[in-house]
Amino acid sequence: MEACTKATKSWLNSVEYREKNFAREKLVINPAKACQPLGALLCALGIEGCLPFTHGSQGCTAYFRSTLSRHFREPVAAVSDSMTEDSAVFGGQGNMIEGLKNAYTVYKPNVIAVFTSCMAEVIGDDIKSYLGNAKDQGAIPQELPVALANTPSFKGSHITGYDTMLKGLIECLAKPRQEETINDRLYVVPGFDTYPANLREYKRLLKTMDAPYTLLPDSSDVVDTPNLGTYELYPGGTPISEMNEALNAAGFLCLQTYTTPTTSKYLAGLGVPVETLAMPMGIAGTDKFIESVAKFTGKEVPEEITNERGRAIDAMTDAHQYIHGKRFALFGDPDILIGLVSFLLEMGGMPVHIVCTNSTPLFKKAMEKLLASSPYGKEATLYAGKDLWHLRSLLVTEPVDMLIGDAHGKYAARDANIPLVRIGFPITDRVNLHRYPIVGYSGVINMITMIANTFLEEKDRASTDTYFELMR
Amino acid sequence: MSIKETTEFRKQVVEDVLEVYPEKARKNRRQHIAVKDEGCASCAVKSNSKTVPGLMTARGCAYAGAKGVVWGPVKDVVHISHGPVGCGYYSWGNRRNLADGEIGVDNFVPFLFTSDFQESDIIYGGDKKLETIIQEAVDLFPNANGVSILSECPVGLIGDDIESVSRRMSEKLNLPVIPVRCEGFRGISQSLGHHIANDAIRDHLLGKGPAREVGKYDIGIIGDYNIGGDAWASKKILEEMGLNVVNIWTGDSTLEMLQNGHLVKLNLIHCYRSMNYIARHMEDTYGTPWMEFNFFGPTKIRESILKIAAQFDDYIMEKAQQVLAKYEPQMQKVIETYRPQLEGKSVMLYVGGLRPRHIVGAYEDLGMEVTGTGYEFAHSEDYEKTLPALKEGTLIYDDVTAFELEEFVMKLKPDLVGSGIKEKYVFEKMGLPFRQMHSWDYSGPYHGYEGFPIFARDMDMAINSPTWKSIKAPWAK
Repeated sequence: MEACTKATKSWLNSVEYREKNFAREKLVINPAKACQPLGALLCALGIEGCLPFTHGSQGCTAYFRSTLSRHFREPVAAVSDSMTEDSAVFGGQGNMIEGLKNAYTVYKPNVIAVFTSCMAEVIGDDIKSYLGNAKDQGAIPQELPVALANTPSFKGSHITGYDTMLKGLIECLAKPRQEETINDRLYVVPGFDTYPANLREYKRLLKTMDAPYTLLPDSSDVVDTPNLGTYELYPGGTPISEMNEALNAAGFLCLQTYTTPTTSKYLAGLGVPVETLAMPMGIAGTDKFIESVAKFTGKEVPEEITNERGRAIDAMTDAHQYIHGKRFALFGDPDILIGLVSFLLEMGGMPVHIVCTNSTPLFKKAMEKLLASSPYGKEATLYAGKDLWHLRSLLVTEPVDMLIGDAHGKYAARDANIPLVRIGFPITDRVNLHRYPIVGYSGVINMITMIANTFLEEKDRASTDTYFELMR
Repeated sequence: MSIKETTEFRKQVVEDVLEVYPEKARKNRRQHIAVKDEGCASCAVKSNSKTVPGLMTARGCAYAGAKGVVWGPVKDVVHISHGPVGCGYYSWGNRRNLADGEIGVDNFVPFLFTSDFQESDIIYGGDKKLETIIQEAVDLFPNANGVSILSECPVGLIGDDIESVSRRMSEKLNLPVIPVRCEGFRGISQSLGHHIANDAIRDHLLGKGPAREVGKYDIGIIGDYNIGGDAWASKKILEEMGLNVVNIWTGDSTLEMLQNGHLVKLNLIHCYRSMNYIARHMEDTYGTPWMEFNFFGPTKIRESILKIAAQFDDYIMEKAQQVLAKYEPQMQKVIETYRPQLEGKSVMLYVGGLRPRHIVGAYEDLGMEVTGTGYEFAHSEDYEKTLPALKEGTLIYDDVTAFELEEFVMKLKPDLVGSGIKEKYVFEKMGLPFRQMHSWDYSGPYHGYEGFPIFARDMDMAINSPTWKSIKAPWAK
């Protein structure tokens, strides 16, 4: 038995196994993606007084709430209309109407964000007409805003759900765009971002640059609430008044290219000026963000920001020797991967394996272009649509020095005997990482801290007496 | 307050809280909440009925009960979450079912295997895809001793025939392939999922394993999922008593253990709710007796050890006495260490399965009092078993909504709340000590003599952590 077990473990690490593993066509093992309604829920949390409401089975909502709570270590409020077998036969209208009535009465939201899970989608529930009927029957007031999003889990991933819900919220809450009511604000869309510190960083930078802005949605105060001895159901979010004026924005700036294409297209179609940038990670990524905001305000970039940038560069030169030439494997959502790769290339780090389960053709093209732009990207391969079991095969057959990704990567990293630096979602086994930005110039410093110090820790732990030195 | 006054006060709290609901919801919810009064005149609560739509429930679904609870911990089986990616993703690696074995070789617990349904699978059906998936799983994990198919909502709605696929593939591969029809819309909570999972074991595995002689001290543990190593802690006691634990269902279990669950002298059941069905079936069909036991806290452990030993002979009873003599002084030391800081502290619980009643004794061992308790997905018999363990005036709530629990806690002001991840941070924001009592808050084990010192330390740590003292800013009004 012992011998057999050992033989199989080494077989799992073999090139032969890797080929077999990559030959699979249908089985998905340890994917780095979740489903649409999770993203819809996170999006809805970022609107002030918004109650996320799943139209579907209650188990879905329990899962979304648990998953988000484990990552943020924060309460996540959301309800479901608890559809059961009889709803499968008769449709879920009864549940939705009763659910809306109860949720409105008890939780008194400013707005309810309804999104669907599988069951409702498969049976083809018409949530728009159900909502009309709920209002006509007096279950909820006619004037209560209720945003709708169809978010089937068998299409796209959590980032798709975020996009669909965002569009639904704007459709529901924003007044029509009119020449005479156009405001002076820049509406900034962070995308599916599970770092409240990132959102705070955007706000800080926008404030420093004196840009009139609205972060939409803004979950930072919802998933990173202070402990003041009381629990608030609705601790923050984009104010409804600013939601009302969203379509009258002077401009929209979307900070995740692959997360919000539907919303961007919708806005552009209504004549709203929309600019989409890569997630502002690394120096060049952040520069583009700063330049874009400066262009919007028409003001000079404040010296404060230039100095901040300089400090990030200083941190890079100080630490380049610990990252230069190191080989990395990465996995995560498209936008975070573009950001990470662009940062690593700036540091002289070499991305080698890049796994993106929820890849798209446009992302693939952009990633390949980015990799081709630097000599440090020449060894890299993007594995589009692959999962973490593929990644494991890559790590054990073509070794790298470090894995970067969410907590799920710990198994593959352990098997490959390399460290995992946790960047992404979810992070369920370390504290406070979501409280440190990975965007902006401070994000550059934070990522260097995590990556370089992890290498140095490893080096110290592995050193014998002879090579154990005070300076590194 | 006298006990009578306390009871009346709490009854009024319930009325005040219910006041907020629309009439239909209020009528429904009223039946699920009670205060234990003298002679239990009105302490029956309604349970195992539909959740009220739109009220924040902690409940999950049948898939969560079948895959997350019962099947997930079976270590040498590849469990395929069949349907879209979400359900499998959210139930991946977060129930802390420890398992001995090499990951990817003979232990598949930390994996997510999914058929990742796309729109085309909804339109054309997923049966063909499932066949390929099973084949690929077996090719990549040849040491797997079986494959289970856990259906998610769409599978049942589009009319896929996973039973036929399983039968075909089982014959082709000469390997158990077990279809489990646990679509999330079935039933009203996790509970039906447990039942469905039990039935799948009964129909596809039980009695189909290699023959085995039943030794006179062979026993099985049923309904212990080895969270944080719980089952190992229980097993240790039983083995020191001279008994031979041959099966655990399903913590750290193997397919063969599920096949041979009936081949024991006695089945000991810890989580009655999730596995009583199969225990009854084994008794009815194979004559295998079963009994409940409780390994939380030294008082209940003592009662259970003596009750279990009484089913065997003098030899076992003598060993049982030796176990008590060996461990009880150690437990007494634990109590001496922690009881002074915990004496008189109160706790409110809201958990699943067995814990709302089983852990009451462990708190009492530490001098603490349970002032409120309730279950997510219990049946009436669970409440019947619970009531005798509770003091007069205890608040009892079934499928409590987040709103109700928050209100109850604010009014009853316990020193500690024990519930799940979805509740944890709500109460911590209120400045209330909290422990997750599903996952042991990433600690454990809490079972047995190994678990009690950890349990005691954790409760003390939560209640007496100096962190709570800093909440109020000195300048705050």
